[in-house]
Amino acid sequence: MIKIIDYKAGNAPSVMHALNHLGFKAEFAKNKSDLANSTHIILPGVGSAKATMESLAELDLIKPLTEKVLGEGVMFFGICVGMQVLFDFSAEENTACLSWLKGQVVKFDREKVRVPQMGWNKVSFANKSGYFYFVNSYYVMPEDKEIIWGTADYNGRFMAAIHRENIWATQFHAEKSGTAGLKLLNRFLTPEGSECLQNA
Amino acid sequence: MLTKRLIACFDIIDGRVTKAVRFQDNIDVAPAEELAHILYEAEIDELIFYDITASSEKRPIDIETVKKVAQLVFIPFTVGGGIKNLSDMYETLKAGAEKISIDSMAVRDPSIITAGAKAFGSQCIVLSTQVKREKNLPSGYEVYIDGARKATGLDAMEWIKRAEELGAGEICLNSIDNDGTLLGYDLNLMKMAQGKVSIPLIASGGAGKPEHLSDLFTETETQAAIISSMLYSPRLERNFAVKELKEYLLTSNIPVRPPSC
Repeated sequence: MIKIIDYKAGNAPSVMHALNHLGFKAEFAKNKSDLANSTHIILPGVGSAKATMESLAELDLIKPLTEKVLGEGVMFFGICVGMQVLFDFSAEENTACLSWLKGQVVKFDREKVRVPQMGWNKVSFANKSGYFYFVNSYYVMPEDKEIIWGTADYNGRFMAAIHRENIWATQFHAEKSGTAGLKLLNRFLTPEGSECLQNA
Repeated sequence: MLTKRLIACFDIIDGRVTKAVRFQDNIDVAPAEELAHILYEAEIDELIFYDITASSEKRPIDIETVKKVAQLVFIPFTVGGGIKNLSDMYETLKAGAEKISIDSMAVRDPSIITAGAKAFGSQCIVLSTQVKREKNLPSGYEVYIDGARKATGLDAMEWIKRAEELGAGEICLNSIDNDGTLLGYDLNLMKMAQGKVSIPLIASGGAGKPEHLSDLFTETETQAAIISSMLYSPRLERNFAVKELKEYLLTSNIPVRPPSC
């Protein structure tokens, strides 16, 4: 079963609407036992890194999520702040994050660009590109460049999407990026789609 | 690079989109979810939805219509009108909206901006404000509330600056003077605003032809434009397709999300 983590500051309903539109059945997950039969886990994100981490801690989800994704290798998709919290540390209110991946989350330079970045930006993948919807004041600087799947430009290039084994994540809102975003979610949820990405 | 956004803005009465001129004489256009779906398919970049009679009828926002629209469109979707507190915001977001627009309520109680930003993040709070030229105020613009009917004495530039400080993530400036006139956006207003705040700005009021969009995006730093009349107002001799507007902007070297086919 596909599980969408439903925590206080997330936009789980939007993600649910998108999956239903694609023809998938999914359930909201609010605690450890909700994750038991998960095949795919989606961590939506809006709001701050700190609020997200606090919310995950409050629901007692940090350990079970880590076990599922890093231990059992359940397919995982993080969106926006749901991507940022996978790293070690966020400069947003100095927040310690999940540390599944090595790297820091830093803020865009307000002297150079309007913050938050809000709107459709062009994301370049290995051999194609597309437009996706972003809302972010912070971006990830990963240590391991191998995980970078897509990048975009906002006062210099930043990481827009990650793919490493079972972990997928996007800085943009795939659930709110029209047909391009729906296609990407569909690829994550179908074995054929995942495979075609591995070989891309 | 980040592209400029074209936003369709719906004034909703009883679940249906209406169109007004200078905030009066609304005429009926279509059911909200029907028009939302058509514009989503046409690749509009974003939708804003104002429940324009919720405040005056002293009732909560029309959540059922928000839900219907949210199930059909997979682009950002802002909802405003009749939102009074955090619990209204929460219900609206739960129904599938991305952002909350606050207007008159924020003038009456500015702390709602901070409370909303703390609870859901700044990116969630759009401060929308109706402004009118008033030469006796420092910026030359005054803030109006209650459907642009009531003058507040507030200076528009002071107000948006304060809203940014209080935690708003985006500002939507509606020119009462230009609204529905089809004579173009108030460029002077947008130029002044871009120097006052560092968050994204949306221009609203006055667009009637594609050139108005290119004027806005070349002469100001404004990031998004509301285009309602041009898309669907029955008062216009000719409406424009989203694709047509985007193609026009692309040939004018203005970055927009290109039409997919």
